Amino acid sequence: MSAGDGYRGRGGLVGYLFAGPYLVAYGALLVYPLLAGMALSLHKADLFGGREFVAFENYRRLVSDTVFRQAVGNTLYFTLLTVPALTVISLALALALNKAGRLAAFFRGVFFSSSVLSVTIVTLIWRFVLTPDGGLIANGLKAAGRAPIPFLSDPHLALPGIALTTVWWCLGLPMMLFLAGLQQIPGELYEAAALDGTSAWRTFWRITLPLIGRTLLVVVLIESVMQFQLFGQSQIMTQGGPNGASRPIVLFIYEVAFRRWDVGYAASASEVLFALILLASALQYAATRERRR
Amino acid sequence: MTAAGVKGPSLAGFTPAGLAGVALAAAVMITPLLWTVGLSLKPNFELMRDTSSVFGPPYTLENYRAILANSNVFRWVFNSTVVSLSTTFGVLALSSLAGYAFARLEFRGRRALFVAVLLGLAIPEQAVIIARHQMFSALHLHNTYPGLILPGLSAPFGVFLMTQYFRGIPVELDEAALLDGASHFTIFWKVLLPLTLPAQATLGIFTFLASWNDYWWPLISATRSSMFTLTVGVASSQMNFAQTSGLGYLMAQAVFASVPILIVYALFQQHIVRAVAGAATR
Repeated sequence: MSAGDGYRGRGGLVGYLFAGPYLVAYGALLVYPLLAGMALSLHKADLFGGREFVAFENYRRLVSDTVFRQAVGNTLYFTLLTVPALTVISLALALALNKAGRLAAFFRGVFFSSSVLSVTIVTLIWRFVLTPDGGLIANGLKAAGRAPIPFLSDPHLALPGIALTTVWWCLGLPMMLFLAGLQQIPGELYEAAALDGTSAWRTFWRITLPLIGRTLLVVVLIESVMQFQLFGQSQIMTQGGPNGASRPIVLFIYEVAFRRWDVGYAASASEVLFALILLASALQYAATRERRR
Repeated sequence: MTAAGVKGPSLAGFTPAGLAGVALAAAVMITPLLWTVGLSLKPNFELMRDTSSVFGPPYTLENYRAILANSNVFRWVFNSTVVSLSTTFGVLALSSLAGYAFARLEFRGRRALFVAVLLGLAIPEQAVIIARHQMFSALHLHNTYPGLILPGLSAPFGVFLMTQYFRGIPVELDEAALLDGASHFTIFWKVLLPLTLPAQATLGIFTFLASWNDYWWPLISATRSSMFTLTVGVASSQMNFAQTSGLGYLMAQAVFASVPILIVYALFQQHIVRAVAGAATR
């Protein structure tokens, strides 16, 4: 009997002892609430323990609920506002900062720094950048002789205002992912292109972009999943207003569950969100698998 | 623009246009922070008249003095510290133990359990938070430290990371120790764990940051002001904006609340970048 056999052979109970503590936490705090939430979505339930099985009634209600439909639309619109902007800006920064030296490292640090702040600090800062009543942008416009823009109180500007805040907050991560992707490209390719006198523009389209294609896909999918879960910025900056114009799905869930205590109905909305996120995660998994092969 | 760009040693590898563009973008990035610091240094009554007064003196530390006199903020910093450190320690312990088991030990259902844990990576907070809130209500855990700490311990990312890391360590190390009569715990604690320090650092910093900045769970679990974390506390003061003593005070609070995490960032910048990027692409 080799050492390896004996080692593996008598590990039965020991394995459970080592993995047990985490598995208990996993089962009790993640799997159980997940299943309980699914069950909850089939009930009419309130804060006081009243519970009545209603099958798919909550889901039927969702489909015809104009507030929920508006929230779905807002969420998709917000994702469209932020993800392309985040992708393009962070790729441009990564291309510019993909070099050795302290200056580039300093700039990378600057662009990542906002990412470590909490959502409540970011919104606190940006409310007083965006407010037409003496905000930073309003001061700039006043100096240029222009009228202030009521970002957060205009239904057409509330989500763009929140998107601007979010792009400022979230730039760091996609930039770092792009930098990691750019590091994988062999330097000889650029040397060859430089010898041939290829322009920087052509080099980007012909060499860089094809070689970071997977990174690009991963960034777009990760950011889509993240921005789809917009919550804190809307909850703090606009409370979803005006007239629900900036209420995303997660804020809808929060309000229904923890303000109106219609928990069964909120659970059904969270299952819909879960399904959408699962779809994007599956795409991300497929994309990263391809890349690793 | 790229690595093949013109090499100008005086510009540290940047082209003039590239450097100008980056510097401009950095200025746009930093301006909101400078604006916040500027407002925090102005007397409230002056800001109420006109915020453009920020561009000239007089400046004052009055708003920071007001924060120091307000014990709530210190309580919130303390709560955040307790919660984030406990969560980090708990995640490191549970993930290392489980990672060792999944990478090195044979037990019934190991493969299936590991797949189940990996599937957990795809579960978003929104799908569990309502039922978890009801569960914690039934257990009377809201407005307690365990109530704020426990949910973070179930995150599967650490187990995934540690299992991968243990698998990368040559198995000959454990076999030699086993021949010397070492127990599994000795092998785990004395032989392998010291080798996982880089992964521990990455996981620890990532967990601390995520816990410190967590908003939704503490928002619904800690409803008493004395149990707020800093993140929730800062939100509550800006929600009550009309009742607070003014803009300069709020901005001083934003600066004050940023300081702890910016210090952590300055100390562990490389680790943080690696941890966050690693967690995103897992």
